[in-house]
Amino acid sequence: MALDRWIALVFVVFCLVYGYAAFFTMDQLLPPFMQRNPVWPSSFPKILSVVGVIVGLVVLTGLEKPEKDAAPSADKINYRRLHEYNLGQALLLLGLMVLYALMLRTAGFLLATTVFLVAGSVILGERKWHIMLPVAILATGAVWYLVQEVLGIFLRPFPFFMGT
Amino acid sequence: MLEGILIGLSAALSIQNLLMVIAGCLIGTFIGMLPGLGPMSIIAIMIPVAITLGDPAAALILLAGVYYGAIFGGSTSSILLNAPGVAGTVASSFDGYPMARSGQAGKALTIAAVSSFAGGTIGAILLMIFAPALSSVALLFHSAEYFALMVVGLSAIAAFAGTGQVFKALMMTILGLILATVGEGALFNMPRFTMGLMDLQSGISFITLAMAMFALPEALFLVLNPAGSAQGSGGTNKISGLRFSRAEGRAMTPVIGRQSVQGFFIGVLPGAGATIASFLGYAVERNLANKDEQAQFGKGSVKGLAAPECANNAACTGSFVPLLTLGIPGSGTTAILLGALIALNVTPGPRLMTDTPEIFWAVIISMFIGNLVLLVLNLPLIPYIAKILSIPRNFLIPFILFFTLMGAYIGQNNATELLMLVGLGVIATIFRFADYPLAPLLIGFILGTMLEDNFARSMQLYRGVGFILERPMTLGLLVLALALVLLPSYRARRARKRAEGVADGD
Repeated sequence: MALDRWIALVFVVFCLVYGYAAFFTMDQLLPPFMQRNPVWPSSFPKILSVVGVIVGLVVLTGLEKPEKDAAPSADKINYRRLHEYNLGQALLLLGLMVLYALMLRTAGFLLATTVFLVAGSVILGERKWHIMLPVAILATGAVWYLVQEVLGIFLRPFPFFMGT
Repeated sequence: MLEGILIGLSAALSIQNLLMVIAGCLIGTFIGMLPGLGPMSIIAIMIPVAITLGDPAAALILLAGVYYGAIFGGSTSSILLNAPGVAGTVASSFDGYPMARSGQAGKALTIAAVSSFAGGTIGAILLMIFAPALSSVALLFHSAEYFALMVVGLSAIAAFAGTGQVFKALMMTILGLILATVGEGALFNMPRFTMGLMDLQSGISFITLAMAMFALPEALFLVLNPAGSAQGSGGTNKISGLRFSRAEGRAMTPVIGRQSVQGFFIGVLPGAGATIASFLGYAVERNLANKDEQAQFGKGSVKGLAAPECANNAACTGSFVPLLTLGIPGSGTTAILLGALIALNVTPGPRLMTDTPEIFWAVIISMFIGNLVLLVLNLPLIPYIAKILSIPRNFLIPFILFFTLMGAYIGQNNATELLMLVGLGVIATIFRFADYPLAPLLIGFILGTMLEDNFARSMQLYRGVGFILERPMTLGLLVLALALVLLPSYRARRARKRAEGVADGD
């Protein structure tokens, strides 16, 4: 089974769960005065789940035939060639983004961002520290200034132990 | 209308808004050139900035400037490197790149700029004529018709997704609609599908979703497959001789005339946008050309470059028609613009023109200014801006990722949002691998609340689903929606049967 049909399967299951929630768990909580309404909070989700299951099944069963594939070209992205790609780099970068999300508050914007930019370049194979560091520090400072001073959105600049 | 134009002129010509147009066009051109980053990602990244401006007109002007700047930038990299930055400019590389290879890069860029300018300007004039007319019709619509109209829009987007993709696109639309039901809606005042999580109480943020759907997968693809974003095949660095001859100008004129009109109307259709307009424009002009000129197509024909360039800009302008008059976006890009407007407390729709004419007209006038900026400011700067193409990706990609994160963070000021961004981004990347179109998801998400609103309102008015039968126009639109979805697969089936030699019975 190709990836797109696996996704369709997951989608159908997702719609069933969603539909279960809409059909069986939402209406008990409804206050009596709202039950007289012709439309309930669960009405629209009910419709969506039914249509979703139907559409998902159409994709899953392959009722709609896809266009005959040309040979996968080298520059078009294709999951069957995933192992040839820089999967490790991509995963590391995703991990780095998660880390950034977790550290942003505690480490403060300036430190977290500088580390993020430098580490990102390092993951991609850059080793010119004398360019990377100044660029990262400069960019971090500039963005912080723009966001804080020009747009007026508060970003905690320093680590938590150095005050607000 | 004259009054409106004057209001628009006075609003658009304020120093702030002029700066917005110029900044938008420059940023758009700048990023649009980078192969692999489409206008949707750029606009998604720019949205937090636009929203914090606080002024809806300025925000929309900035974002619209970014939009056509990106298309313009995309054509530059198409011509110089044969590496289109934007899908809508792929057709420009057919003739633009050969022209650049033969040492006429400057001329190719000028032709592209002039045709873009003409396409955009003619498109804006058509928009000025058609938008007011359409919105006066749209004022007659009730919530039932709106509901049906949105269903038609969503189906049309799926129907234009291409052979074998219709139901996949539909699936994505429904997923978007489902995601839109998460959180506490204004309609019922009760949280739905939050799974008890505080962070889902206010629903999924549309900026986060837009970033996760477009910016993040594109950046990840750049990492995964450097070959796909290869810096083209042997770029031309010398850009000189920006002029084209009088004869070439004469050859271009009818092409521009035809393609701006055709491109505009293709752009108006939901689901069909700059990409389809440019390919179709190229094909039409090739068929119309005489034998000698036809042989030139693909080898550096002036007409072959002018046609897609003109069509894609006209289509970009055309895609604003459904957005500004009905409040229904027809493409991923206009969906993002709609999201930005809603975040600024402006609801686009037929009332936009009467309630806040300054926004409506300022945007249209700024389109003229934007096109002028692209022509006057960007053209001479292109050789310098093109230098950005040589920034190593090792530096570029961390910055793209960082701006994606920042965009999601600034909107919500919440670090959980960033985790959601990464999670949704991974899912979106898997969807992209499986060839699922993502724009329908975002359009579904943005239209979801409005769709349910109008549905509920008509249900309440007619005490049930009777409104579908009682209002002929609603019924007609819903039937049209169904036909739009089913027709492509019916035709594909018939074509397949015919290919197999089975009689079809008609």
